[in-house]
Amino acid sequence: MASITMQNLVKKYDDGFPAVNDVSIDVADGEFLILVGPSGCGKSTLLRMVVGLEDITSGDLLIDGERVNDKAPRDRNLSMVFQNYALYPHLTVYENIAFPLRLSKGQFSKDEIDRKVRAASETLDLDEHLERKPANLSGGQRQRVAMGRAIVRDADAFLFDEPLSNLDAKLRGQMRTEIAQLQRRMGITSIYVTHDQTEAMTLGDRVAVLKKGVLQQIASPRELYEQPANLFVAGFIGAPSMNFLPARIEGNVFKTPIGDIEVPERVQQKVSGKNDIVLLGLRPEHFEDSKFVDEAKVPHGTTFEAEFTHTEWLGNQQYGYIQFEQDQAVKHKLDELAKDLDADEMPSQVVVSLDASSRIRGGTAANIWLDAAACTCSIPRPVKTSPATRRPVRS
Amino acid sequence: MLSTKQKLGWAIVTVLVLIYALFPVLSILMTSFKSPADLASGKFLPAQFVTDNYEQIFVGDAKDLFLPALWNSIGISLIATFIAVVLATLCAYAIARLDFPGKRIVLTTALMVSMFPVISIVTPLFNLWRQVGLYDTWLGLIIPYLSLTLPISIWTLAAFFQQIPWDLERAAQVDGASTWQAFRKVIVPLTAPGVFTTAIIAFFIAWNDFVYGIGLTSTSAARPVPAALAFFTGASQFEDPAGAISAAAIIVTIPVVLLVLAFQRQIVSGLTQGAVKG
Repeated sequence: MASITMQNLVKKYDDGFPAVNDVSIDVADGEFLILVGPSGCGKSTLLRMVVGLEDITSGDLLIDGERVNDKAPRDRNLSMVFQNYALYPHLTVYENIAFPLRLSKGQFSKDEIDRKVRAASETLDLDEHLERKPANLSGGQRQRVAMGRAIVRDADAFLFDEPLSNLDAKLRGQMRTEIAQLQRRMGITSIYVTHDQTEAMTLGDRVAVLKKGVLQQIASPRELYEQPANLFVAGFIGAPSMNFLPARIEGNVFKTPIGDIEVPERVQQKVSGKNDIVLLGLRPEHFEDSKFVDEAKVPHGTTFEAEFTHTEWLGNQQYGYIQFEQDQAVKHKLDELAKDLDADEMPSQVVVSLDASSRIRGGTAANIWLDAAACTCSIPRPVKTSPATRRPVRS
Repeated sequence: MLSTKQKLGWAIVTVLVLIYALFPVLSILMTSFKSPADLASGKFLPAQFVTDNYEQIFVGDAKDLFLPALWNSIGISLIATFIAVVLATLCAYAIARLDFPGKRIVLTTALMVSMFPVISIVTPLFNLWRQVGLYDTWLGLIIPYLSLTLPISIWTLAAFFQQIPWDLERAAQVDGASTWQAFRKVIVPLTAPGVFTTAIIAFFIAWNDFVYGIGLTSTSAARPVPAALAFFTGASQFEDPAGAISAAAIIVTIPVVLLVLAFQRQIVSGLTQGAVKG
């Protein structure tokens, strides 16, 4: 058990490129922290710095208050699950799990090792496979062996480097639950790197979002979703992702390409008097087919007509797509954001979530209702005067 | 799964290749059992199986020529192989794992060294070796053999090391191993097949060399078997030494066959299978 403290960690490569730039995170004892971000954001590098596989250019790394910057990986007493499992192919499953124990010579007797390995294998349902070689195991079994190797010794913390990204969707869901339960039961400090939305939102106590080596926001999943610190976090968290809609303020109305939206009271003060273009951030679930909106709720939002290009029916939910003409004033900004999010350009369409029984079909116009509460996370920002990077939400 | 027809096809192809490859060996084997009078008979099988030729090289006239040469060949080849494999392992590990300036230069130099025809080097080497006193010594052959075996060893082993996932070493380090322990407990067991394969290739190269062997030696102090065979003579100058040469050729093939059989189990590919996904 231990707390992990990262203080202004920087990783610069030989060419001067900062893969991790001035990241400070406190991971409390027993906490489950998620590091998330698009590929190349430095999340795996940061994890490797913590475990000791990458040198720290500057900053301090403390484990339980003790500075460990210069300690070798083996002296840090952390255990890690690699993305590709990194099992020892010449050893049986049993020996793979026993490997860390056998390395600490004299510390464990033969019986103790056997007891610990069997306990780990029982936890992970590997009892039948102990004598097999990794080559003969399925992906999920290999993943569990890698976990077994991590939990068998009393490490101070678990580090996971995208452990589920090589599994198929069904197995991933199952292993995700198992990891969550295991961590809760053992109560061990854990850091988990992923680029998967669901893993980020469901596993962790807190989630840290990274972009190009810079920490954007660290908060609980709920807070990230409802109060993103900037456009990047807003666009990154959530699937389908948040819609960014250009809007011009005219009196009490946001003039948007898909229709007019009333400016909610809360935001009014902020935008009043401005005659500028703003970006509205609207989550798909804040829309609804107006036919399915409760009578009582209708006045709490805006209803307008839009033409759907197509809809996707998924059984338990339905998504509709509305094309619009992108405003040139914000296009550049949005394309920049898209690049940060690993996409080529921001699609000029709005994704709305519809009731699964909604009969709206592609190519037809229909009335949709937008929850006024949605605008709590709208991000009105004057495009011309906005600074290039981070800026907290004030709405 | 192969169908019966496919199996039959493969069997025929295999047999054809085997005949093509092994017929000369069989022919030599037969010749080695012929009596001197029988050599020019033009028949494949000897008229009568006699062991005269083997007696000649082990206990007869050619004994003084063949036995020291056999000893030289075994000794020199083993030493050259051992040095080449040890050096190449360290070199290849560095090339595969470390990022240092001049990495490519090491590899291209290794390739360039093996580019020069042996025959063009042997004459200058002959002069040099005589002046520094390495002529007709074991060391005088081991050094040029290293120039033949090292490049190929470095290239094969570097390719082999590159196949071993980096993460295995990292995992071992996180699991509590020192760099040396990670190398010994994880990397060495995984590279064993590669090292054995390389060792066998290196041994063959040294074992088969003729040009250095004949150019840099003059007595049985260091002369290896391939060179010694050239000095075989018949009982009289009118007699063909082919029988004795064939017998010696058969004898020198045996260590190679034994070596391959002994390490067959080690030369299995795909040992790294299952280490990592993807």
